[in-house]
Amino acid sequence: MPLISIKDVTKIYNTERGRTVSLDNVSLDVEQGEFITLVGPSGCGKSTMLNLVGGLLMPTSGQVLVNDEPVKGPGPDRGVIFQQYALFPWLTAQENVEFGLRLQKVPKKERAERAMHYLSLVGLQDFANALPKELSGGMKQRAAIARAYAVHPSVLLMDEPFGALDALTRVQMQDDLLETWEKEKRTVVFITHDVDEAVYLASRVVVMSPRPGRISEIIDVPLAYPRGEEIRLSPEFAEIRARVWRGVHHHE
Amino acid sequence: MTDRKAEPEALTMATPTAIAEDTEKGERSLKGLYVITFFLGIGIWTLSAVLSRNALIPTPIDVVASFAELIANGTLWGHTVTSLSRVTTGFLLGVALAIPAGFLMGWYWLARGLLEPWIQFFRTIPPLALIPLVIVILGIGETAKIFVIFLAAFLSCVLATFQGVRNVDITLINAARVLGAKDFTIFTRVVIPASTPFIFVGMRVALGASWATLVASELIAAPTGLGRMMQQAAQFLQTDRIVVGIIMIGALGFIMDRLLLLAERRLTRWQETR
Ligand SMILES: Nc1ncnc2c1ncn2[C@@H]1O[C@H](COP(=O)(O)OP(=O)(O)OP(=O)(O)O)[C@@H](O)[C@H]1O
Ligand SMILES: [Mg+2]
Repeated sequence: MPLISIKDVTKIYNTERGRTVSLDNVSLDVEQGEFITLVGPSGCGKSTMLNLVGGLLMPTSGQVLVNDEPVKGPGPDRGVIFQQYALFPWLTAQENVEFGLRLQKVPKKERAERAMHYLSLVGLQDFANALPKELSGGMKQRAAIARAYAVHPSVLLMDEPFGALDALTRVQMQDDLLETWEKEKRTVVFITHDVDEAVYLASRVVVMSPRPGRISEIIDVPLAYPRGEEIRLSPEFAEIRARVWRGVHHHE
Repeated sequence: MTDRKAEPEALTMATPTAIAEDTEKGERSLKGLYVITFFLGIGIWTLSAVLSRNALIPTPIDVVASFAELIANGTLWGHTVTSLSRVTTGFLLGVALAIPAGFLMGWYWLARGLLEPWIQFFRTIPPLALIPLVIVILGIGETAKIFVIFLAAFLSCVLATFQGVRNVDITLINAARVLGAKDFTIFTRVVIPASTPFIFVGMRVALGASWATLVASELIAAPTGLGRMMQQAAQFLQTDRIVVGIIMIGALGFIMDRLLLLAERRLTRWQETR
């Protein structure tokens, strides 16, 4: 049984300027523990798909199942990491991480311990008391990741989380993400514009095409984890990257 | 004015020491200029009062003398206390009702639909225009004045709060939802803190409006209060006393505004750009 099952999902937006078919009869199964990346040109429905799984949107038709249950709304079993970080600016990094734990009525002491654990995991242990405005873009993103991890979601949904980072920080964050993913064995669905990033992270790359939003190709990445520089520079990697590139840029 | 002061660390981190020292020096000379311009202003006032040879234009010395007299006979204190208690009561009542009303309007379309047309309509009427009607119905007692001040404060604050709620970043609400927050928690933990800066803007506007309304309503009809004191003095051509009233009103309004600003700085320190 797949952990996430998207079945014949269509999502239509009705606005004053007409209707947009954001997703057209899309189906996708994601297995427990998989790392899926979604790539495709702007407007092909990547965020829509992620938000449907996250429960922030409802499908126009079709079904989204998580653990065989239809998704009725958002829940702490599915952590979402937004492109815009979405840290609460009035809370410190630690208080941000504790936000979800507080809602789960985790006792104060354990809450602080867990927050510190995840802040250390993303290298922010020294910034526990900093406000978001005192953090750099990369640090904010890492705090957002710690906040999502802390509630132990079985699925992590990440919407272009590294989009705003410089190339160097980006590679660092990719490695960190893979490391924690292997340690904690979560299921990850990760959106990116970057073909390199898509291949480097994923066990499967889902290529989407726009107007209407469809899955045009699913490409397996049979490269072993843990991944590192050798894999990134290997001919196998280059070959898969070329396939994904063609899928994104030359569909029909 | 001196927002930099709030973040000395950020400043020293981001700028070379020389520039930081420069700004500090600049701030110190700015303070010096404030003192100089104060005495300059007093000087010009004195000079023009003396040169005009018009007994009705009081010199600063007349005003200080009048001030001392009013303190000595206790009248200034009495008027000030009355005015202050009116303005605080009206302001607090107005704000206390405006904040929940603004939240309701921002959160529930039903409340918005029912309230917004009225608020938009009454907002265009200066509260003072209601005074004749209010006096006829409520008399010239405390209730009438507090009511008008309340209205002035309420109308200035309610729309700011409403705007604050409408402006809450939807991704922050979504972030709370995916962490498991339900409506009530989203409201208390996200919407309220996120709209605090707007509420403070509304409160400061409300304070100004309350103060203006108070003085005007006291000038029109009141047995006591700073406005009344000035009105009475005018009948006896005691311009020095009027100026004491003006200065008191200015000073009290300024102090109250600064207190609010202080509270605002404290509660919205987290803001990215200020
Ligand atoms: N709230 C909305 N109202 C109307 N149309 C929308 C809305 N959100 C998305 N759309 C439309 O749905 C389509 C898919 O949008 P979506 O945000 O899922 O794209 P995306 O693949 O995430 O793009 P990007 O890479 O630029 O983030 C677009 O054509 C967009 O115009
Ligand atoms: Mg998107």
